[in-house]
Amino acid sequence: MNVILDSGQIEQVLKDLTGRILSENPAEMDIAVIGIRSRGEVIAQRLSGRLSQKLGKDVPCGTLDITLYRDDLNSPHGNAQPLVRTTEIGFNIDDKIIILVDDVLYTGRSARAAMDALIDLGRPKAIRLAVLVDRVGRELPIQADYAGCKTDVEPGKLVQVNLVESDGKDEVVIE
Amino acid sequence: MALKRKSKQFKWHRKHLLGLRELSVEEITFILDTAKGFEQISTRSVKKAPTLRGKVVVNLFFEDSTRTRNSFALAASRLSADVIEFTKKTSSVSKGETLLDTARNLEAMGIDIVVIRHSAGGASKLLSRNIYACVINAGDGFCEHPTQGLLDVYTIRKIKGTLEGLKIAIVGDIAHSRVARSDMWAMTKLGAEVIFVGPPTLMPPQVDRLPVKVSYSLDEVIEKVDVINMLRIQFERLGGNPFPSIREYSHYFGLTVERMKRAKPDIMVMHPGPINRGLEMESEVADGRNSVILEQVTNGLAVRMAVLFLVNQAAAQEK
Repeated sequence: MNVILDSGQIEQVLKDLTGRILSENPAEMDIAVIGIRSRGEVIAQRLSGRLSQKLGKDVPCGTLDITLYRDDLNSPHGNAQPLVRTTEIGFNIDDKIIILVDDVLYTGRSARAAMDALIDLGRPKAIRLAVLVDRVGRELPIQADYAGCKTDVEPGKLVQVNLVESDGKDEVVIE
Repeated sequence: MALKRKSKQFKWHRKHLLGLRELSVEEITFILDTAKGFEQISTRSVKKAPTLRGKVVVNLFFEDSTRTRNSFALAASRLSADVIEFTKKTSSVSKGETLLDTARNLEAMGIDIVVIRHSAGGASKLLSRNIYACVINAGDGFCEHPTQGLLDVYTIRKIKGTLEGLKIAIVGDIAHSRVARSDMWAMTKLGAEVIFVGPPTLMPPQVDRLPVKVSYSLDEVIEKVDVINMLRIQFERLGGNPFPSIREYSHYFGLTVERMKRAKPDIMVMHPGPINRGLEMESEVADGRNSVILEQVTNGLAVRMAVLFLVNQAAAQEK
């Protein structure tokens, strides 16, 4: 097990991400943050808190469950038991700039599923992708707009993001 | 919002849903939890998800149905499956084709899921043993109607939070009701106490062997129960004269405004539909503030989407 980000570094990464999102999306734009279950949800909540504070206005935050949009549902090699959970987005996404948040960007398949799921909910002005870790190994032509750290990990390994809210401590490890 | 990583994830493995009697508490709870995720599909602007794209669902109905058949058809199309409607009147069954021949012929066209309703108990089980497609029981004889049982407990759980410790009366034509049986299995497994209420002539044989209490008087139980499920008098199935007159039945077992005055203020009034208004239930009660009859219909859609999704997942893992 190899720690690539500790809690202090995660704090710094979130601060950087917030700064870059603000510098590229003018304050008068209508921004909302949507996290992909389940670690993306936690990061989205933190980002929306930081953005709200900086902008002095409420930046809405929602949670997206992408299970129904996965491309491996009918594959016997897919995830053993995808668990369907709820999508909780309590605002209209039409014409907003949606900051889509996940913990790790790897193959790009979750981001693809998330974009399809979002488009079924409305027509955002733009969707931008923000991730804590950008891992080499894309299988689809998708890139992050805002990435915290980049890492090149061998295929068989797992990049595990642990967060206080869900796992008791903040750290990113390679297992 | 607190998130917990599940250490041991439950695994759904059934490619058929034949009844609730055979399901464990974990399996029933898992279906209900899964159904929650499907509710929002029906409330957003694009009421469709691509989950069952390219799959074919056959509605194989040998008995009349509007609610269940439409609910399954809509659930399947909201998950992007193609739906074939099959009814007895317009098919070769009227020319004498057997159930298995009909099903095998449909299967030869490459179908994935069969939703079957049949007047013979065990029809769905027979089918599941003879075809490769997934089979979902939408009512067989007087045996089970599992998706109705699931949507009933889903509706109760949504409003009351839990079924643990609730007293639930199921009133009316118990003998001919597959809904009563599926309800009984699901409700008792989830910790509720079920009371069958009706005249002795409408109780099933050997009712004392079932995990329920029996009462022959609605007046005796009305004050005690948290939920009351009024069954339809199934005139098409009644043989002999189980009660002297409709008026007399209604007098003793109808849910009237008068009786409702004696019930708990937050009693949930349910009915699987279609209602014989004025017979088992007065209109004012069916449309009253305690009635959840239309919520049942809405929740039925989410529950059926969840079931279609889960059986298809189990079949995909099997390949």
